[in-house]
Amino acid sequence: MIIKGSAHVFGDHINTDYIISGKHKSRMTDLKQMAEYLMEDIRPGFYKEIRPGDFIVGGINFGCGSSRETAPWVIKEAGIAAVIAKSFARIFFRNAINIGLPVLVADIDSIQEGDELQLDIDKGKIKNLTRSFTLTTTALPPFVQKILDAGGMKSYFNAHPNFDL
Amino acid sequence: MGMTLAEKIFSKHAGREVKAGEIIIADLDAMMTHDANRPVALDIFREFKGTKLCDPEKVVQIIDHHFPAPGETNANVHRQMRQFKEKMGGILYEGEGICHMVMPEKGHVLPGDLVVGSDSHTCTYGAIGAFSAGVGSTDIGVAMISGKLWFMVPETIKMNIVGTLPKGIFAKDVILHIIASVTANGATYKSVEFTGPVIDSFSMDARFTLSNMAVEMGAKSGLIAPDQTTISWVENHRPRRKYNPQVPDPDAEYSQEITFDVSTLSPYVAKPHLVDNGVPIEELTGTPISQGNIASCTASRIEDLRIAAKILKGKKIAPGIRFLVVPGSKEVLQTALKEDLISIFVDAGASVKSPSCAGCSGGASFGVPANEEVVITTGNRNFQGRLGNPNAYIYLASPATVAASVLEGKIADPRQYFQK
Repeated sequence: MIIKGSAHVFGDHINTDYIISGKHKSRMTDLKQMAEYLMEDIRPGFYKEIRPGDFIVGGINFGCGSSRETAPWVIKEAGIAAVIAKSFARIFFRNAINIGLPVLVADIDSIQEGDELQLDIDKGKIKNLTRSFTLTTTALPPFVQKILDAGGMKSYFNAHPNFDL
Repeated sequence: MGMTLAEKIFSKHAGREVKAGEIIIADLDAMMTHDANRPVALDIFREFKGTKLCDPEKVVQIIDHHFPAPGETNANVHRQMRQFKEKMGGILYEGEGICHMVMPEKGHVLPGDLVVGSDSHTCTYGAIGAFSAGVGSTDIGVAMISGKLWFMVPETIKMNIVGTLPKGIFAKDVILHIIASVTANGATYKSVEFTGPVIDSFSMDARFTLSNMAVEMGAKSGLIAPDQTTISWVENHRPRRKYNPQVPDPDAEYSQEITFDVSTLSPYVAKPHLVDNGVPIEELTGTPISQGNIASCTASRIEDLRIAAKILKGKKIAPGIRFLVVPGSKEVLQTALKEDLISIFVDAGASVKSPSCAGCSGGASFGVPANEEVVITTGNRNFQGRLGNPNAYIYLASPATVAASVLEGKIADPRQYFQK
């Protein structure tokens, strides 16, 4: 699958409270409605800047903090096609795979805000169309890749209720 | 080569010998979920066509983040959880306190267990020698149906805590110091084993504080090998089943071993807005505060309240300061009432709330600071907006430091109260 979109660049240690703050999460249950508050505490108005297919680019430890699965959900519901980061926090990574949001590890230092990226998920390549270079993403463990390929844990578990490793 | 504590527990639950790096399917002893998750785990259970719980004894729902309900959405989520319990069975607690206090207190988590919870601080149970990890709603939904989950067996960092802890310095100072040293992602994907003479001397309350914050350095679990202190505590809390404590082999293979000598440690305080921003208190004394919180699954246990009460007894907090006390569980509150600790706090000027996640989780809508205000708290996260306002500043500290600080209205060194 090949996706084209703009890069929205965030720093290191973007925690799940920043992705969706507890105060908004607690007063609603609709994930689409919640998506309007994506990153609101650190970048007000961010939701309105997103075009479907865009990417979030993060530094180290993206998604640290609370285990809220709401965090990858609001990213997905806001139209973000994938998150590319230097590294991910463990629970966020697992939640993202479970809901079918691609999370890719790459050395993102040379990507700048607004760069047009073309992501080839199957080949693990990110082409920066603005600056003409290509990055390679770190391959997922095969079992984790299977869950993502199925579109997330729901389809995977329906087909494999005993988790075929 | 021997096995780490994590490898031992995973081997027992996978039914074969497993090593760090392997992806495995393992049986779970318990799975916990609470009311702050969106989607709620029970939604996943239904969506994944769950028809019955894998084992009703293993499934624990806890209403703690928004209790009593501050808004209609929360109230309706609570009702949904109660209805699910009525229909599907399992165990439900509400008003008993914070999930990570209630799970061990009620005997649901035992030494040698493998447990998951839909909360990042599920790593708290590492203190009783259970491998426990935070996951999301989907994983809990799957676990409720199948009774098992997939895991990558983690490598382990051994943290050896040595020396003699000076007076006025507590487990919270130790863990803030460790996190500042290894950074917020210094243990990502790994298990941590806390060991050494300081750990041996720690009470269970102190150990829970330590294990609770393992996730703040990225760790999957923060384990302490069970000893006599552990077993006595567990036996005093009515274990719900037989258990099989595990300890690491002496020749286990660790990815890293780090020694911390705490003999000269100062009280530690983490500055806004990152948990690994910890510094010795000398760098911060005198910083004006607006509010002090004793709350959260990190440090609102009976020992934490005793330490704070010792400092506050017969005194008044500084004028214009708010002081919030949220005992972590009903068990803690009842003990605190018997020991007259609550009256010490109230006399000093505290607002005391019923056991819950209030005072730490921003979703609780309790004690939200105003713009530019500074809060010092015994909680675990100082992220921007964590307490409900992104324009406030949160400092993390021990219960002693919070108590000393509300008396002076500024960040204050608690060691002066422990000299005798």
